[in-house]
Amino acid sequence: MSVQALPRPAKVKVVFYNDPKIRSLFFQLVLLAIVLLVLWFAYDNTVYNLKKRNIAQGFAFWNVEAGFDISQTLIPYSAASSYGQAFWVGLLNTLLVSSLSIFFATVIGIFIGVLRLSKNWIVSRLASFYIELFRNVPLLLVLYFWYGAVLGSLPEPRDSIAIPGDIWLNARGLLIPRPVFLPGFWMVAAGFIVAILGAFFAVRYARQKQAATGVRPPGGVLATALIIGLPLIVYFFAGQPLGLDLPVKGRFNLTGGLNLAPELVAMVVGLSTYTAAFIAESVRAGVVAVSKGQSEASHSLGLTDNQTLRLVVMPQALRVIVPPLNSEFLSLTKNSSLGVSIGYPDLVNVFTGTVLNQTGQAIEMVSITMLVYLTFSLLTSAFMNWFNKRVALVER
Amino acid sequence: MKKIIAAAVVAAASFGFVTAASAGTLDNVKAKGQLVCGANPGTAGFGVPDEKGNWTGLDVEYCRAIAAAIFNDGTKVKFVPLSSKDRFTALASGEVDVLVRNSTWTMSRETTLGVIWAGINFYDGQGFMVNKKLNVKSAAELGGATICVQQGTTTELNLADYFRASNMKYQVVTFGSSEEALKAYDSGRCDSYTTDRSGLAADRLSMSKPDDHIILPEVISKEPLGPLVRQGDDQWLNLVKWVHFALLTAEEDGITQANVDQMLKSDNPEIKRVLGVEGKFGESLGLSNAWVVQIIKSVGNYGEMFERNVGPKTPIQLARSSNALWNKGGLQYAPPIR
Repeated sequence: MSVQALPRPAKVKVVFYNDPKIRSLFFQLVLLAIVLLVLWFAYDNTVYNLKKRNIAQGFAFWNVEAGFDISQTLIPYSAASSYGQAFWVGLLNTLLVSSLSIFFATVIGIFIGVLRLSKNWIVSRLASFYIELFRNVPLLLVLYFWYGAVLGSLPEPRDSIAIPGDIWLNARGLLIPRPVFLPGFWMVAAGFIVAILGAFFAVRYARQKQAATGVRPPGGVLATALIIGLPLIVYFFAGQPLGLDLPVKGRFNLTGGLNLAPELVAMVVGLSTYTAAFIAESVRAGVVAVSKGQSEASHSLGLTDNQTLRLVVMPQALRVIVPPLNSEFLSLTKNSSLGVSIGYPDLVNVFTGTVLNQTGQAIEMVSITMLVYLTFSLLTSAFMNWFNKRVALVER
Repeated sequence: MKKIIAAAVVAAASFGFVTAASAGTLDNVKAKGQLVCGANPGTAGFGVPDEKGNWTGLDVEYCRAIAAAIFNDGTKVKFVPLSSKDRFTALASGEVDVLVRNSTWTMSRETTLGVIWAGINFYDGQGFMVNKKLNVKSAAELGGATICVQQGTTTELNLADYFRASNMKYQVVTFGSSEEALKAYDSGRCDSYTTDRSGLAADRLSMSKPDDHIILPEVISKEPLGPLVRQGDDQWLNLVKWVHFALLTAEEDGITQANVDQMLKSDNPEIKRVLGVEGKFGESLGLSNAWVVQIIKSVGNYGEMFERNVGPKTPIQLARSSNALWNKGGLQYAPPIR
């Protein structure tokens, strides 16, 4: 019985509109066109209606003189500067308060998270009291507490609390001597950079030596000595090129020096104590997630408690800790927009507040502000994802 | 399928033109059965709710006067408390029908925000409040001071202008609302608090020790405050404007809440026109001809409103000065109702 070859199906000619490929392409294009059309109409409709109601539009305001002052400016700004400059002032203030708060929140959070796991009953109870307190109180109240109740009860300028070292504390903030860099200070800075490089190589050498011979040279001690010692030696060698601008009493307040305004302090303390509670819980979750066998195995190999935590438990715990940490950092940055309620001149206060009110261009201001926060968040996410990849379990 | 798409496209196309057209504000207000009025969240004498939620104040009574003219019932008002920075957006977007919230009439606001003022119900100017302890007698001594201010007002700009013009340095701390700014000043964060002088007089009362603070004599700006509406509805603008003028005219003619019924029998032709005994002035605004009678019965004339809310016998103790009628040495002047 011979196998009869099946006849090859003749190429059926399909009408083009029945071709599934062309069809799906067609519908995709139609969908795209509809989406674009809706967007265009939304835009056109807005422009038409704003024009009809005599409301200004466009971005011509950017170079117009702002005419108002801002309490904290990291870049040169005066009432004669433009709205665009006011935007950058607000943006930098937001960045400043977020980055300071992220740093402190992480430090406090890890600290509290580790305390929460302590075998000491009182310590772990205290840590969980902290976590429960700050996790369950609205952030705005936390900010009011630090700003109004704590910093607001400080004395007036003429009754400033003097702290040794020309530091003054009053209701207007914390005044510290401002370092003034005299010519020749670059040598100290250069010495510092050299010291860091040296320290880096010292630690690397120590690690290689340990890997090769099992003996660990005191790399850490050497690195610390380098970083502290070298700039200090250069400093005296270069003739102490650093002056101090001390705060002195003026008519209303102390003038001179560096003033940390209470708004900034309240924001940083409020945001970091609040976010630290959430970070502490992530840290605890991460550490608990590492199975007990890991630390038992580590102990049986003769590693100390400290080494076990640092070399065995933490690297594994980080895999669990980092992803939720990312969201905490993102919400912290966004939460910094509450600054307006305690007079901190962040982006929302300056730009979406005063500038919006003066120009009346709500759509432009809100879109720009949304875009800024979106960019912040995406950048933070990108960094944290990169970091997460580094600490993630490498599977072979 | 294609029909649906076509329908969607047509719908989208028409969307752009449908929303542009809307009925007049007066018709909307009548249909809703109440006037929605943008009010001050808490400035004693101008707009503040008491513990029972009843709103009082000069600006609040302007809203009641407009409601009385429309509905013959000054209580048919819904007050929406608005912060300085949100108020114009709320009006322009149609959230409120009229904004009576001590708002300063300026050129840029009228040319870029899509709003228009109907008149000036209070001539004001910006001033400074300081603690007596500082021993400051004049604003010219404020060089180097820290000053608390609320956001989204002409105050912020005048402050910067004043210190720039007099070549003095200062430090500003800007808050989202006047309560927050005042609280910070009260707690010693700032040496001085600045806003319109009427606001200073009112805010001083809400401080922990009002007697410790004085208002400096300098007036650093012109602050004409008044009711405002959206642009593009002339009928509604006219209504708000003439309610204001009617209140002034009533004071000028001596028509008060107490004597309005007797005044209806007056032989004076002007009073007859104002009270609607002669002429059809109310109808031309889309109201009943007894509109002024309704207003006066509800809130009294401008002078009565002033005395009741901010005058010398109230805790705020403001003199009429610029806000007296034109024939009594002030600036309040109404065009004739004829």
